[in-house]
Amino acid sequence: MNNDKNLYCIAATFNTPDEIINAAKKVSGAGYTHFDVNTPYPVHGMDDAMKLKPSKLGFVTLVMGLAGASIALLFMYWNISVDYPLVIGGKPYFALPAFIPITFELTVLLATVSTVAAMIMLFFQLPDNKHPLHDTQYMKSVSNDKYGITIEAIDDKFNETEVENFLKKLNPLNIEYIYFPPVETYPIFQPKFLLLLAGIALVVSGGTYFSLNKLMFMTPFTFMMDQDKLIPQKGSELFADGFGMRKPVAGTVARGFIPYPYKGQVNPTEVLSNPFLPTKENISLGKEKYDIYCSPCHGYFADGDSRLNGQFPNPPTLHSQRARDFSDGMLYHIMTNGQNVMPSYESQISRDERWAIVNYIRVLQRAKNASDADLTEMNKEAGNNVAN
Amino acid sequence: MNIDYSQEAPLIAGRLKLAQIEELIAKPMDTRPDRKYYIALSISVTALLIGAVSLGLTFYYGIGLWGNNQPVGWAFEIVNFVFWVGIGHAGTLISAILFLLRQKWRTGIARFAEAMTIFAVMCAGIFPAIHTGRPWLDGYLLPYPNQHGLWVNFTSPLLWDVFAVTTYFTVSLVFWYVGLIPDFGSLRDRTTSKIKKTIYSIFSLGWRHSNRHWSHYEKAYMLLAGFATPLVLSVHTIVSFDFAVSIIPGWHTTIFPPYFVAGAIFSGFAMVVTVLIFVRKIFDLQNIITIDHLEKMNKVILLTGMMVGYAYSMEFFIAWYSGVQAESFLFLTRAFGPYAWAYWIMISCNVLIPQLFWFRKIRRSVPLMLIIVIFVNVGMWFERFVITVTSLNRDFLPSSWAYFIPTLYDFGLLIGSFGLFFTLVILFTKSLPVVSISEVKAVADGAQPAHHGGAHHE
Repeated sequence: MNNDKNLYCIAATFNTPDEIINAAKKVSGAGYTHFDVNTPYPVHGMDDAMKLKPSKLGFVTLVMGLAGASIALLFMYWNISVDYPLVIGGKPYFALPAFIPITFELTVLLATVSTVAAMIMLFFQLPDNKHPLHDTQYMKSVSNDKYGITIEAIDDKFNETEVENFLKKLNPLNIEYIYFPPVETYPIFQPKFLLLLAGIALVVSGGTYFSLNKLMFMTPFTFMMDQDKLIPQKGSELFADGFGMRKPVAGTVARGFIPYPYKGQVNPTEVLSNPFLPTKENISLGKEKYDIYCSPCHGYFADGDSRLNGQFPNPPTLHSQRARDFSDGMLYHIMTNGQNVMPSYESQISRDERWAIVNYIRVLQRAKNASDADLTEMNKEAGNNVAN
Repeated sequence: MNIDYSQEAPLIAGRLKLAQIEELIAKPMDTRPDRKYYIALSISVTALLIGAVSLGLTFYYGIGLWGNNQPVGWAFEIVNFVFWVGIGHAGTLISAILFLLRQKWRTGIARFAEAMTIFAVMCAGIFPAIHTGRPWLDGYLLPYPNQHGLWVNFTSPLLWDVFAVTTYFTVSLVFWYVGLIPDFGSLRDRTTSKIKKTIYSIFSLGWRHSNRHWSHYEKAYMLLAGFATPLVLSVHTIVSFDFAVSIIPGWHTTIFPPYFVAGAIFSGFAMVVTVLIFVRKIFDLQNIITIDHLEKMNKVILLTGMMVGYAYSMEFFIAWYSGVQAESFLFLTRAFGPYAWAYWIMISCNVLIPQLFWFRKIRRSVPLMLIIVIFVNVGMWFERFVITVTSLNRDFLPSSWAYFIPTLYDFGLLIGSFGLFFTLVILFTKSLPVVSISEVKAVADGAQPAHHGGAHHE
C-alpha cells in the first residue's frame, strides 16, 4: 500500500449496460453500502440493482410549491386589501380570481427553482470540483461510453485485496485505484486577492454612486423633468424681461379678496368694528391661532414673555391699560397692518381668524384683570350649577 | 471518424456508437468556426446593430419616434412581444410536454428548442420594457416596499404578464441548465484545452455521472417537465388576457387563451423547423436530427394551423351570432377594411399554405418545408398585427379613427429583435452542445440493458 496517499475507492469499468447492471447487483448483494455506479446516462433498472430508495425530491417540490402559493396569496392580500386598499375595476379588495394568475406563477417559480437548488446543493452536494474521482482515467471513460462501479474505502466491509478480487471476478475492462488528491490550501489574505476585492468594491460602489446620483440627472434621463413648459421661477425668452412668471394685470384681485381700507395708517382715526360674537367656537379658534402665530412673542397669556430668547425685542404686555383700552378694531388693525417691529400678519392669518384672535385676547385680558364683580358673577354661575 | 451521413433512419440514424455520438455533437465546439459561420454571424450582428441604433434613439428621444398614434397606442412593439413569446412556446412544448407524453423523438431536438425558447423570451422581454417609455424606471413593475408607499396593481393583466414572462424565462433557463449539467461533465472530460476545461468544470458543478445522482436527476427532470407544461400554457393564456380582459371589440373574447396557445405552438414549431433545417445541415447532424423529426414537427404545424384556422372562423361566427354590433362591424373591418391586406396575408400564410403538409412528399422535402414554414412565420407575425392594430384603429369614436403607419424605428426594432435572436442562436451552436449528449446516448441502439427492451428511455 502506498502510504503517502489516501485511498478513496477501487473502481472497475465495463463495456455494456448489461454487465454494469449485473455488477451493481453483485456488489449490493455482497452487502457493500458505500458504492456507486457511474454511467454516461441513466441506465434502466440501475436503481433496483443498486437497491436505491425512490428519490425524496418530490417533498421539496410539494412544500415549496405550497409555500409559493400561500406567500403569493398572502402578499397580494396584505398589499391590496390591508396596506393600501384600492378598489380597481369595481373588484372587491380580496379579488381571488384576479389573484390566481400570479399565485400560479409564483407556485411554479418557487417549486421549480427550489427543487433544482435542493437537488444540486442538498442531494448532490455539488458544486464539488475537487472530488477524488475527477481527472481520473476512470472518470474520463465513464463520461464517454463506459460503465463504471466504485467501492469506497470507508465501507465497513472494505478490504483492498478482497474488493479487488471481488471486482476481478466480474470480468471488468480494468481496475483502478483512486486516491484522494493532495489537499490544496488557498490563503485568503494574499495581497493579490485583497487587491481584487478592493477593486471590486471600488467599481461597485463607484458605479452605484454614479448611476444613482449622476446618471439619472443627465440627458436623456432628465427629459421628463426638463420640459419646455413654463413652471414657477423659470425664465423665458419669450418675454422682454426674461421672466417666465407674469405679473397679473393692474387692478386684478384674488377671489374672495376684500380690500382693507386703513392700510398703512399708523394711528387710524377710525377702525372696523368686530363682526363676530365671542362664542365658544370662535374663542377656541382664536386660541388655536393665537397660540400658533402670536404666542411666540406675546406669550401664551399675553404677558409679553417671549419664547424667542432675545432674537426679537420683547413686545409689551397686552394687559396694560393702554392695550385693554384699544378697541377691537384697533387690535385688528395692528394685526393687519403691523406696528413698530411687529410685521403685518395679513397674508398668514385670514380675516375671520384675526377677529377670532381679537376675541381671544379679550378673554386673556379679562382673566388676568378680573374684578370683584366677576367673582360674584362666577359664584352665581357655580350656584346655579349646584342647584341643577 | 467515418460516419455515413448519406442515409436517413429513425431516431438516431446510422447505428452510431456512444463515443461517435459524443464526437459528433461536440464537434462544433472542438473545431474552429469556418467562413460560413462568420458570414452568418456578421449578417445577424448587423441586424442586431440596426436594432441597437433604433433602440438607442428610442431611449434618447422617447417612443414618440414610433408610428403609434391615437387610437393605435399598441402597435409593432406589442406585436413583436406576442410574436416572440409565441416562438418560445415550441421549445417548452418539445422539452416538457413531449417528455411527459414519452415521445422519444424529442431527444434530438429538445436542447435546441429549449435554447430557442430562452432566446425568444429574451427578445420578447425587451418590448414591454421599452414600451413603458422610460425603461430605466422599469423596477417599479416589481412589488417592493418603496418610498411612495405604493404597491403594483395585482389585478391587472399587464402585471400578470410581468410575473408570467419572468417566471417562464427563469424556469426555462433552469430546465435548460439542468439538462446541460451532464453534458458539461462529458465536455469537461473530453476537452484538452485548459481554459475550456475550467469553464466546463465550473458549469458542470463537478458532475460525476453517478447513479445516485441520476436517480434524483430523473425525478427532478420529471417534476420540472410537470411544472413547465401548465406554465407554458399559462404564459400565453396570460398574454392573451392583456387583450381579452379589455373591452375592445375584437379583443374581448373568451376564445383568446386557447387560440393564442395554439398559435404560439404553431409559430414556435415553424421557427424551430426553420432553424433546425440549417443547423442539421451545417453541423452534419442529419443522423441525430433526422428527416423523421422534421416530418413530425410538420404534422404538428399542420394540426395547430388548422386550430388557428378554426379560431379565425369561430371569431367571425361569434361576431355574427352574438348580435353585438360593434363586434360584427369590427370583424367586417378586419376582412374588408383598411387592413384587409394584412388579414388576407394572415389567412393565406396560416390557414391555406400549411394545408400542403397533407402530402407526405412535401412534409419530407426540406426545401419545400423551408418555404412553407417561412410563410407560417410571416403569417403568425401578421396574425398578431391584425389582432392588435385592426381592433384599435377603429375604436368606438369614429372621429378618432386613424390609420397606423410604422416608422423606420419600428422596423429597426423588429429587425433588431431578429438579429438578437439569430446572433444568440449562432453563438449557441458553437459554444454549447446543440443536442443533449446524455439523452441521445440513452436512446442509442444497445444503450439500455437487453432485458429492458433495448432502446427504451424515460
